[in-house]
Amino acid sequence: MLGKLSWEAIPFNEPLPMISMGVVLAVILVVLAVVTFKGWWSYLWREWLTSVDHKRIGVMYVILGLVMLLRGFSDAIMMRTQQAIAVGAAQGYLPPEHYDQVFTAHGTIMIFFVAMPFVIGLMNFAVPLQIGARDVAFPVLNSISFWLTAAGALLINLSLVIGNFARTGWMGYPPLSELAFSPGVGVDYYLWSLQIAGIGTLLTGVNFVTTILKLRAPGMRLLRMPVFCWTSLAANLLIVAAFPILTATFVMLLLDRYVGMHFFTNNAGGNQMMYVNLFWAWGHPEVYILILPLFGVFSEVIATFSGKSLFSYRSMVWATMGICVLSFMVWLHHFFTMGAGADVNAFFGIMSTIIAVPTGVKVFNWLFTMFRGQIVFSTPMLFSIGFIVTFVIGGLTGVLLAVPPVDFVLHNSVFLVAHFHNVIIGGVVFGSIAGYNYWFPKAFGFTLDERLGKASFWCWLIGFYLAFTPLYILGMLGMTRRLQHIPDPNWQPLLLVAEAGAVVIFCGILCQLAQLYVSIRTRERRRDPSGDPWNGRTLEWSTSSPPPAYNFAALPRVEAIDAFWQLKEKAGGRPAPAEYQSVEMPRNSPIGFITSFFMVVTGFALVWHIWWMVICSLIAVVTMILVHGWSENRHYEIPASEIAQIETARPDPGGRAWQRS
Amino acid sequence: MLAVACAAMPLVSCQRAGILDPRGPIAEAERLLLVNATAIMLVVVVPVIFAALAFAWWYRASNSRAHRSPELAYEGRIEFVVWSIPTLITILLGGVIWIGSHQLDPQAPITPGARPLRVDVVALDWKWLFIYPDQGIAAVNELVIPAGKQVSFRLTSATVMNSFFVPQIGSQIYAMGGMTTHLNLLANEPGQFPGFSANYSGDGFSEMRFTVKAMPAVDFRNWVSHARDTGAALDAAGYNELAKPSKAVAPVTYRSVAPKLFERIVDHTLSCPAGAPFGAAGCAPSPQAGG
Repeated sequence: MLGKLSWEAIPFNEPLPMISMGVVLAVILVVLAVVTFKGWWSYLWREWLTSVDHKRIGVMYVILGLVMLLRGFSDAIMMRTQQAIAVGAAQGYLPPEHYDQVFTAHGTIMIFFVAMPFVIGLMNFAVPLQIGARDVAFPVLNSISFWLTAAGALLINLSLVIGNFARTGWMGYPPLSELAFSPGVGVDYYLWSLQIAGIGTLLTGVNFVTTILKLRAPGMRLLRMPVFCWTSLAANLLIVAAFPILTATFVMLLLDRYVGMHFFTNNAGGNQMMYVNLFWAWGHPEVYILILPLFGVFSEVIATFSGKSLFSYRSMVWATMGICVLSFMVWLHHFFTMGAGADVNAFFGIMSTIIAVPTGVKVFNWLFTMFRGQIVFSTPMLFSIGFIVTFVIGGLTGVLLAVPPVDFVLHNSVFLVAHFHNVIIGGVVFGSIAGYNYWFPKAFGFTLDERLGKASFWCWLIGFYLAFTPLYILGMLGMTRRLQHIPDPNWQPLLLVAEAGAVVIFCGILCQLAQLYVSIRTRERRRDPSGDPWNGRTLEWSTSSPPPAYNFAALPRVEAIDAFWQLKEKAGGRPAPAEYQSVEMPRNSPIGFITSFFMVVTGFALVWHIWWMVICSLIAVVTMILVHGWSENRHYEIPASEIAQIETARPDPGGRAWQRS
Repeated sequence: MLAVACAAMPLVSCQRAGILDPRGPIAEAERLLLVNATAIMLVVVVPVIFAALAFAWWYRASNSRAHRSPELAYEGRIEFVVWSIPTLITILLGGVIWIGSHQLDPQAPITPGARPLRVDVVALDWKWLFIYPDQGIAAVNELVIPAGKQVSFRLTSATVMNSFFVPQIGSQIYAMGGMTTHLNLLANEPGQFPGFSANYSGDGFSEMRFTVKAMPAVDFRNWVSHARDTGAALDAAGYNELAKPSKAVAPVTYRSVAPKLFERIVDHTLSCPAGAPFGAAGCAPSPQAGG
């Protein structure tokens, strides 16, 4: 009846998962109780859960990323603690069967459910506003994308409570991830949650490529788009090209596990090297899917807070698209040690190094954007400067690892771990936090607290260096990654320093949470009536904060790169249209939420081999999609009178408040 | 990076180890490459970091002495330099990579002409089996080699993917089921060096360690003859026993080894389902066997 599922799946006799499970359940119950008690369900359902508004979906992505950051970070601090104490004779507090789940979950969650939601959330929020559109090309699809990502996140976290998670490392290399070596449900949780979230991501890619190519405001030629839109376009092209590879690879591994095929087994003609190649044919573009949009964020932030246009816009565009193409030609550098010949290794080493050219150009252009500017040290700007300094170090160690013979001695060491955390924290995380601080006032109409923002910056920066400089050194001393037990007692002092770094980073996260809390409490004093708190350059700053559902009462006409800046220079602000016209907007739809609910059920049933439940929930999913496909009345019209009312009620209708400084 | 590492050395009790303390020509060349590539890049990276901090500080909004050009958004000469610097560095590094990859190809002989010591390496759950085909002996979790002589490794795995790595002697390489990889290494002088699996392979991975004992040729010959007189024979039954998953296995030697054991392990892994006993009948070779 319930497939492989039984009471034994719940780890009643293991205190650690039971305690964490209890805490999580308690938090969820409290949240649900508060929502019920306050009577917020109807509001939540109408305005958020069924929303197809790109701004709200963006906000929900970022919230998902923040919540998952807490989960991924608790894994991180558990690992650091285990490695700091399990030295020599001591075995620490996490036996291998737990520790191996923890590092697998940390990697998987941080990449797929923290970094991706953060990046996609920022794109969702900002791209349509920056190109002067009213929404994305396929708003309902956008809602489905988000909820599928959330479904994947829910499924992966269910493994904490029911059953267990994969013990394979986040790459899930076979044959270790094959049934013969991982017979439990852990790998199935890993595969199905990433499959479900992966469909959501692919749909996002399709949606945003279409949006950017088709929905730009009149006059916004491609070479007038803000750089964040360019980097988002590149990232979404990469999503469309790369995510199907991951999905197909996982389908093959699932066929191996569920119906006894031999794509990647040791025997019967399986080829594990094929998995590794395919995984990184997705995996390396994925790195750029994550970092490219943040390069865009840094470009926006540095230009805005230097009071200058981005230096050499065209160079930035070429560099972005260059990275986009090159990112597909370097995947083999993740496994130089697999025994390929010198020619192959040298080719991929050189290709990897070539990516340093466009990246280097970007760094120089950011420097020259600051050069002779008027720099305001806001929180986003601090993160951007911290990024430049940190990222070039990560770039240096990355190019070192791209030299095959150097990789032969550093591959899989904690030096490698330090390198990719250097670029992911220094680039993706710093960029996400910068973007969050930068666009928060646009999303909610009030600014975030600067003091706590800056405190969080210093904690993140110092914490990062404390946590990962020791790992660089340990990697050179011969410490490999994923060790549950440390053989060499000489390494302990450095591991303790790394542990301290993780604690400092935790302080940074706490500062961010405090920043959010304090800012909400004091929101009345931090209101930004102008809609343009930073004296911005791009179109999102021309509308009110938070923007109305329709974003722009009249679609802006674009004549230059920094469209809003040029408008402010020429017209002294945003010209109010002579007369307002009615706007057609997409109606909210519950299909994303409901479909994804059934996808969670499907995934869960697949993990536990509950076939009747798989069939029933899949029928529900298909039915939902068919019902939506034949539904009419998907749009509603906002009458011109209502728009005129909203627009004239704006506190700063002329948009001239920016002149106050 | 090296400077940072050296500065931090007091923290690690001044003990030199790992890839910064090479004991063979391959590891020495790799460390040199690491230092050279770092130096080449530091030429750019240090000024960039300095410029980022200096620009940010000097052009701060409150600095009344700073000269500002808010319209400066393009300057051809700067653009030229901006593209040239990384391009030149990449060309230089590209040369280093091409030459280095060929000189330090794991399969390339280190001392052409001289007869190497052959060692066949099998990764098991979770220990290393070293077979000396010419000497007819084998050892687990202990690799004894003569110093100053090239060792030619053939590697495979009877289980999941692992990576064979001895940082102080040089390059690591994957050991994969049903496949054979090749690696040549040489230890300059006698000594003991830690080795381990550098690719996570499951629960016993952390303890999948071995010691490399490089010794003078005479001592090596003595060790071989001693090994021939002690321990069990590694036949099919003995191998089946050894191949069962076990953690933190103490070093042991075998007086003799079944003929062509390495090749048979490769074939067995390729043809039989995981966990099938070695030498069992009814496990036909797959069509791709030997590929």
